[in-house]
Order: sequence, then C-alpha cells, then structure tokens
Amino acid sequence: MGFIDIFSQQLVNGIVLGSFYALVALGYTMVFGVVKLLNFAHGDLYMVGGFAGFLILSFLSPFIGPGWFGVAVSMVFAMIAVGILGVVIERVAYAPMLSAPRLSILITALAVSLVLQNGMLTITKGQYVPFGSALGFGGVNLGSLFISYNQMILVGVSIALMAGLEIFVSRTQYGRAMRAVSVDKDMSRLLGINVNRVIAGTFFLGTGLAAAAGTMAGAYYGSLWYFMGFLIGLKAFTAAVIGGIGSIPGAMLGGLILGLLESFGTQLPGVGSEWKDVFSFSVLILVLVFKPTGLLGKPEQERM
Amino acid sequence: MTLLQVQGVSLSFAGSKVLQGVNFAVAEGAIASLIGPNGAGKTSLFNCITGFYKPQAGSIRLAGTETLRMKPHQVTRSGIARTFQNVRLFREMSVTENVMSGLHCRTSAGIIESILRLPGQQREETMIRDFAEECLTFVGITEGWDRDATTLPYGWQRRVEIARALATKPKLLLLDEPAAGLTSSEKEDLIGLIGRIRDQRGISVLLIEHDTGLVMRVSERISVLDHGVMIAEGAPKEIQANPKVIEAYLGVEDGEASLGL
Repeated sequence: MGFIDIFSQQLVNGIVLGSFYALVALGYTMVFGVVKLLNFAHGDLYMVGGFAGFLILSFLSPFIGPGWFGVAVSMVFAMIAVGILGVVIERVAYAPMLSAPRLSILITALAVSLVLQNGMLTITKGQYVPFGSALGFGGVNLGSLFISYNQMILVGVSIALMAGLEIFVSRTQYGRAMRAVSVDKDMSRLLGINVNRVIAGTFFLGTGLAAAAGTMAGAYYGSLWYFMGFLIGLKAFTAAVIGGIGSIPGAMLGGLILGLLESFGTQLPGVGSEWKDVFSFSVLILVLVFKPTGLLGKPEQERM
Repeated sequence: MTLLQVQGVSLSFAGSKVLQGVNFAVAEGAIASLIGPNGAGKTSLFNCITGFYKPQAGSIRLAGTETLRMKPHQVTRSGIARTFQNVRLFREMSVTENVMSGLHCRTSAGIIESILRLPGQQREETMIRDFAEECLTFVGITEGWDRDATTLPYGWQRRVEIARALATKPKLLLLDEPAAGLTSSEKEDLIGLIGRIRDQRGISVLLIEHDTGLVMRVSERISVLDHGVMIAEGAPKEIQANPKVIEAYLGVEDGEASLGL
C-alpha cells in the first residue's frame, strides 16, 4: 500500500474511533459544565450502556432482527434506561455531596465507578459476552480504500446525535437553562429555573449519549466486557480536556482529534499500536501543561 | 391593595442579628425604595424576599400567598424578580438569549419536548424570542442583540439585566442599586424606565439605592432600615424631615446633606 492509501485508511479509522470518544466525552463535559464534577463513573456508564443494549437486543432480535435496525432500536431503549440510571446515581450519590468539598464528590464518583465495574464483574463472572448482533461485512471500495457500511452508519449516527445535542443546547429553552446553570446557579434560580431538575436532565442526556456509544461499540466490536469502560472513560476525559472541559463543541473536536492522533500516531516509524495509550495520555499531559483550558475552553471566572 | 407584606421578619447569622422583627409593605402599583446606611440589612431583606435566606421568624406574603417556605425558583414563579448590585449576565450567551432565559419559568416545554422539537415547542420558542425582543426594546436596547452579553458597555448590561428580570413576567421587581456606576444621563434614563415599568407594564417596583437624590425623585414611598430595624416609613418629604433618619444617616448634622436636602 502506498502512503496515500495508508493515510486515508487511517483517516477513516481515526474518525470511527473519534466518534466513540466524542460521544463519551460529551457526557463528561456536560456534567462538568453544570456541577463541576469529573464524573469518573462515566466510562462505566458507557459499559453499562453496552450491556443494556445487549439485553434489550436479545429480547427484541426475534422480532426486529440482529441487524442495524435492531441495534438502533435497542440503542434508543438503552439510552433511556441508562439515562435514568444516570439520574438516579446523581440523586443518590452526587446531589447530597454538591455542597461538600470538591474532593468528597470526586471520591464518591470513584466509588460509583467501582460499584458499577464490580457489579458487572459479579454478574458476568469476568467473561467476555458476545453482543449477538449480525451487522454484515459490506462496504464501499474507493480505489484501495475500503469503508464498511458499519463504519459509515456508526459515524452517521454519532454525527446525528451530536447535531441533535447541539441544536438542543443552542436553540431550546431547556438547553439555554443548562447553559445558564453552568454559568451562575443562583442567578438561574432567580430567573425561576429549577436548578436541580436541569442538573438531572444533564445527567440524563450525558449518560444517554454514553449508553449510545456503548451499544454501538458492542455491536461494532461484537463483544462486551465489564472493564471496557475504564480505558474509554480516561480517553474521553482526555478528549474533553483537549477540547476544553465544559465546552460541548470542544468535546466533539477533542474526541475527533484524539481518535485521529491515535490512528496516525501508531503509524509513525517505530511506534506500534501497543503505544496507542501512551500516545494519548502524553497528549493529555502536554495539553494540561501548555494549554490547560483546552482548544475551545474559557478560563473559569470566579464570581461572588 | 398590599402586594408584598413582610411581617416580623428576623434573621440572624451565627448570633449576629441582621434583621429584627422587620415589618414592611409594598402596595400594588407602587414605586417604593428601601434605604439605609451600609450594613443596615437591605440586601439581606431582599435575599429573604427572594427565598435565598430563610428568616428564623416572620412571614412574607406576595398577594396573600406565603412565600417564606418556597425555594428561590418558586418565588420567581410566584411573581418576584430581582437584579443584583453587580451585573450578572450569563457569559457566552447572546443578549437575546440572556433575556430569553428569563422566560424559563413561564414556559412549559420540558426535556422530552425539547429533544423531539415538537411543533408546540417550536411555537413556544418563537413566542419566547418575540417576548424577549419586546423586553429589550422596552428597556431601550434596540441593537447588538446577537453580541455576547458580557461584551456590551456597562450601562447597557444593566438594562439587559432589567429586561431579563422583566421577562420572568413579575408582579414585583426588586432592583438592588440599579444606578450604581451609571453616568448622570444614564440615571435620568433609569428614572424614566422605572416609571414606565410601573405605568406601562403594571409592575410594582422596589429598589435599594444609595443615590438618595434619585430615590427621592423616583419613589412614592420610602422605608428606612438601620441596624436591622425598620426606623421610618413614609413619603419622600416625610423621610427627609424625619430626625431619626437624619441621625441614622450620619448621626450628625451632615445627615441632611447626604439625604439630598
């Protein structure tokens, strides 16, 4: 294969990977925006989303089949179910800690992460679980470049979800309330905004997007594992930081950039794919050192 | 008709008494002011009225409804809006969006309607934008609607804040030092605006203000708070002549000067 072929193939791989990162990073960044919490359980909610999608698909596939249609329907139900789980976690574990020191809620998030991981470890006994989807192997050849339909659908669905979120946040009253709450909670209350409900809504949306990514990842890669959320949680955090944590367009951009960096970085001479994670987290450190506000983030303004 | 009735409100923080049995009323359709030396408890009283502070004793009623046990967003819903001493517009939102956010409590579209963007939600969105633009025009902001609100000149930002408070469709508007930092011509505009808010929109106005000249001109009733105690209430002329007020203001003969006599 020539340089151009490798380049374009890695471009496609990077975009697919970047879509997953972006979807998970969005939830990270949205939750950080409204409650200033790094939700370390977010990656595990992606994992739970994958298992929820698997369960729903195994019920529904006799009726609607295990193809993309079945996966898409399962994904919608998984988003709702896991979104509600996200709200319950917020109400039970985080809401009582919101006025406590920042470190307490961070540790609570770690605890929630461990509960979800170990709960799933117990249920699945640490085994890989086949997702049970049947997606086919078709695709399009552009010269020597091959793009599978699965990749196209996956990226298409991700873009649709992100566009929907962007419209929701920028053009609806609820989205404006979310932005208002992230800037000034007391002022939002004075304008009649029920801040607790907006926070719950943000958890619902953020967790729902992670569940969508989890279901699609399960369908695309074909199997699930209780530990699958750990690394992507860290990667999503990295993506959110690259884009500027708290910024929604930043999370999308950061996810895409991280996906591309990984897929191209591993093609550098002497750098194999086993260096992928080293590459990502080195980028995280560089961003934190040289541009801690990220590409689209704004410095935090402390207010009275 | 009494719109706001504050009765026997006492508030203390860690043993220090901020408000002591404050009785206070604002009539429907009135323009009233709350004055007093620094630290008298004026802003604390505002915080009690808007539900941010919970007084240990007393009652606060808006048009007969007890608001003391309500959460701040419920108080706003029941018809009280306020602005702050310092400008608190939402950054990274346009001028229009800032005012639109004030209509949150008057709209019904929840998260599901908004995600699905149902026709009802879209109609409501248009209604919200129209009302926000009407409020902006009312306060005299007719351009720069798409700019980031925090990039506007200071005097304009204050007016956008008033427009945002008006967007909550209040019965009573609380203005906390609305003239602070304004030029004298902006203060003239403010006096006109406060009059129009009452006359054209039927909203009662209660302001805290240190510019006593402005207070005397704009208010029909004035209440004076000193060390957490309401010491006088009356028309501007009566307040200017009240020896207790003059004493509270400086405790010396210069009190007359500071009251704009």
